[in-house]
Amino acid sequence: MAKRAAPEVNAGSMADIAFLLLIFFLVTTTIETDSGINRKLPPTDEVVDPPVIKQRNIFTVVVNKDNRLLVEEELMDISEVRQAAMAFLDNGGGQGEEACDYCKGKRDTSSSDNPEKAIISLKNDRETSYKVYIAVQNELVAAYNDLRDREFALLNPMAGMSYTEAQKRYSDPRTTANEKAKLKPKLDEVKNMYPQKLSEAEPSKTN
Amino acid sequence: MPAISTASLPDIVFMLLFFFMVATVMRDSTLMVQNSLPAADQIQKLDKKDRVMYIYAGKPSGRYSDKYGSQARIQLNDKFADVGDVAAFVLAERASKRQELQNVLTTALKVDGDTNMGLITDIKQELRKVNALKINYTTRVGDYTQNIN
Repeated sequence: MAKRAAPEVNAGSMADIAFLLLIFFLVTTTIETDSGINRKLPPTDEVVDPPVIKQRNIFTVVVNKDNRLLVEEELMDISEVRQAAMAFLDNGGGQGEEACDYCKGKRDTSSSDNPEKAIISLKNDRETSYKVYIAVQNELVAAYNDLRDREFALLNPMAGMSYTEAQKRYSDPRTTANEKAKLKPKLDEVKNMYPQKLSEAEPSKTN
Repeated sequence: MPAISTASLPDIVFMLLFFFMVATVMRDSTLMVQNSLPAADQIQKLDKKDRVMYIYAGKPSGRYSDKYGSQARIQLNDKFADVGDVAAFVLAERASKRQELQNVLTTALKVDGDTNMGLITDIKQELRKVNALKINYTTRVGDYTQNIN
C-alpha cells in the first residue's frame, strides 16, 4: 500500500479552547490573601497559683453593650485609646531594678512600672458589636506598634524602614533567608522592649 | 498588505492560562452568611492557605434568612453549625492536614462586623478546649473609624 502522509491536525480551534479555559480561571481566581489581627488564646488549664499583679500594672479597657468604652474606669472616646495606652505602656514608673531606662513616659508612680510588667486587659460584653471590638483591638495593637516603631528607629537609624515595615519584610516569603537572619535579632530586641501583653478576659460566669 | 499571522496566538493565550491556573486558589465553600468584615490597619498577612482553617459567622444571607432566621450563625464548611460543633470541626480539620502542619494551624475567624461578641466569645472558648490557640480576626484593610457609626 502506498504510504500516505498523515493529515495534519487542524489547530485552528486551539486558541478558542485556550480562551475558554483562560476565562474560566480568570473568573475563579482570587489572588489576594487574607489578612487580619493575629491573637493567641490562653490555654484552658487552670493556673493553680495565679501570680499577683499590681493594680497599677493593669490597664483595663471595657467595652459595654452600647459599644461605649471605659478605660481605667473613665469614659473615653475610641480616638483617645491609642494615646492613653501608649502613655500607660511607656510610663516606666518603676524604681531600682524595675526602672525602665528607655521609657519616655511621665514616670507616674500610679501607672505601670515598666513595659515588661504592663498588661492591657480587654473586657467585652456579650452584646458588644464585633466591629467596635476589632476597632479597639486595632488601636491597642497600634499603641504597641507605635512604641516599637519609635525604639526601632532609635536603635537602627540606618535601616531605612520602620518596625512594622521590617516585620512585614520578615514575614514575607520572598525575603531571602540571609536578610531574615539579619532582621530577626533587631526585631526581637524591640519586641522584648515592648512585649505585647494584651489579655482578652475570660468571659464572666454570670451574665 | 499581508494578513497578520495568528499562529502564535494560542501560545500567548496558553501562557496566560498557565499563569492563572497557578495563581488560582479556588473558593472552597460558598458563603451562606453575610460577611462584611470590619476594618483594621494594624494587620498581618495570614499564613499559607494549607495552614489555615476558616470559621465564618454572621447573619444568614438572602435566601437562607427565611429558613434560619436573622440571628447570627456559624458556618463551617458548607453547613450552618452550632457552637458545639466547632470543636469537632477543628479536630476533623486538624486530622486532615499533614502531620507537620498539625501544630501550626491558625484559625481564621471571618466574622461579620455586626455580630455580637457573645458568639465570638463562645467560639473562642470552644477553640481553647481543643487547644487551637492561634487565631486571626480576619479584617479588611482600612481605618478603624469605619467601624464606628
